[in-house]
Amino acid sequence: MGELAAFMILSLVTLIPAVVVVTSSNIVRAALSLVPTFLGVTGLYVMLQAEFVAGIQVLIYAGAITVLILFVIMLTEGGTGVRTRQLNDQVPLGAMAAVWLAFVLIVIFTRTGWPTAAGVLPAYNVVAVGNAFLSDYVLIFEVTSVVLLVSLVGAIVIARRED
Amino acid sequence: MPWLIELLKAIGLAVVIFTFLAVVAAMLGVYLERKISGWIQARLGPKHIGPQGLLQTVADTVKLLQKEHITPRHADALIFNVAPVIVAVAALLDWVVIPFGKLGDRVLVVRDINIGVLYFAAMASVTVVGIIAGGWSSNNKYALLGGLRSASQMISYEIPLALGILWAAMVAGTLSTVGIVDAQVRQGSWFMFKLPSPIGWFGLPFGILASLTFLTAATAEVNRVPFDLPEAESELVAGYFAEYTGMRFALFQLGEYGEMFGMAAVATIMFFGGWTEPHLQPYMWLLVTLGCLVVAAVILTTGLRQTLLVRPILMLAGLGLLLSLVMFFGTRAGLSQVLPSLMWFLAKMFALVFFLMWMRWTYPRLRLDQLLTLSWKVLLPLGLLNLLATGFVLTVWGR
Repeated sequence: MGELAAFMILSLVTLIPAVVVVTSSNIVRAALSLVPTFLGVTGLYVMLQAEFVAGIQVLIYAGAITVLILFVIMLTEGGTGVRTRQLNDQVPLGAMAAVWLAFVLIVIFTRTGWPTAAGVLPAYNVVAVGNAFLSDYVLIFEVTSVVLLVSLVGAIVIARRED
Repeated sequence: MPWLIELLKAIGLAVVIFTFLAVVAAMLGVYLERKISGWIQARLGPKHIGPQGLLQTVADTVKLLQKEHITPRHADALIFNVAPVIVAVAALLDWVVIPFGKLGDRVLVVRDINIGVLYFAAMASVTVVGIIAGGWSSNNKYALLGGLRSASQMISYEIPLALGILWAAMVAGTLSTVGIVDAQVRQGSWFMFKLPSPIGWFGLPFGILASLTFLTAATAEVNRVPFDLPEAESELVAGYFAEYTGMRFALFQLGEYGEMFGMAAVATIMFFGGWTEPHLQPYMWLLVTLGCLVVAAVILTTGLRQTLLVRPILMLAGLGLLLSLVMFFGTRAGLSQVLPSLMWFLAKMFALVFFLMWMRWTYPRLRLDQLLTLSWKVLLPLGLLNLLATGFVLTVWGR
């Protein structure tokens, strides 16, 4: 019962600011609304007893990504305008795509047999995450690092070209 | 209803933490800052309200409480009002994972979660959202510049900070704050000086490098001189909180001091043994006593007595004298624990706070490019290399 209430509250904390993110005409408010959304997701991770992922979620998403987005908005000329339209002429097309995606997702959710029995948690999941990264998923892990490095170098090259 | 009891416990502890921080961190912090800065600049500092000006901050807080809240006309009122709360709450949440000491077998900590230091880093990184929000919503170019500077600075310094935390977590083999202190108890010395056996004292350079990197990054992360560009008074008025009045201004101050004390506390836990008592032979304590006595005697008998500048040193020598004398007689009497662990934790934490204040009033502010160079070209490579070298040493000779 308490768990359900916590889930409901966390869902609201996640979803209401998420709606603000995509509807607000004030782009800084939209970016700042990402913070409660990310924190709500953090709460869901804590409920799933994935503490490490929760900590990383706050550190990376709420603390770094949001700040980076705000930073970019403030550095862009005219970027902090409070009358930004988030819609354009392609609204019907986007709505159709959204409805179709929602339909597919609902079909998948209702047709999948979800295991409801409680699983066994690893005692200390930081170690489990580390072991997984450096054994089974080492290739993906390394390739992701290379992708990040390439995007970093690309950003520097693009920024340099102007002067 | 166990969850109701949990909830009541959480509320009670939140009140305790808040009062502790509001009283100790913010009020005592501001008082210490003004007193120490006075001594370093050859002034007296606050003197009139209470004995030696002890109640000055209380009077200031009462004054701030009575001030009108002003929201600038074209400011974004909602974000403007929320920003100081984000800063203060994020700073207060840091304290959930800080263990203060031991009472019998119980560790005095609000919650020993198994991602302790990661949680601390996460909360420290949330502060910047509040700072940027305050800077933007004030609708003031100085505030906006302060917020922007703070964003670039805190993102840059979060990385060396995280590397320092990672170092301690790697050596201790756990992310829990209590676990890190326990690991130092097991090896018998602080991580700053010693790595787990069989490396022992050969770990000295790694520990010192890691703690210096962490402390430098921590100073920058809490926006203090020499890294106080976000609020540089001489160029940006007060930076991101230029437009704030009354208690909202005080909340920013509370956040700043809460964060600074939190950084000092985490450094104490990771590198200086947390609440554990240093174990020295009685004659070593006697040597420390004599050293302090000599320093105090030289200051008191020569003309240096007249110089306000050496007052902090005289005070430190006096405190060191008292402490080492008590420890000398305690260890002579064969006590296993001479002073309570809470006292040791506070002593170490306040020594670090003093160090941070000393730095603040000694060094001039860096330029923005120097600041970023220090982070990306000095601290980051040093931190990474240190992490790599320590990991290598631990894998080859340790475990």
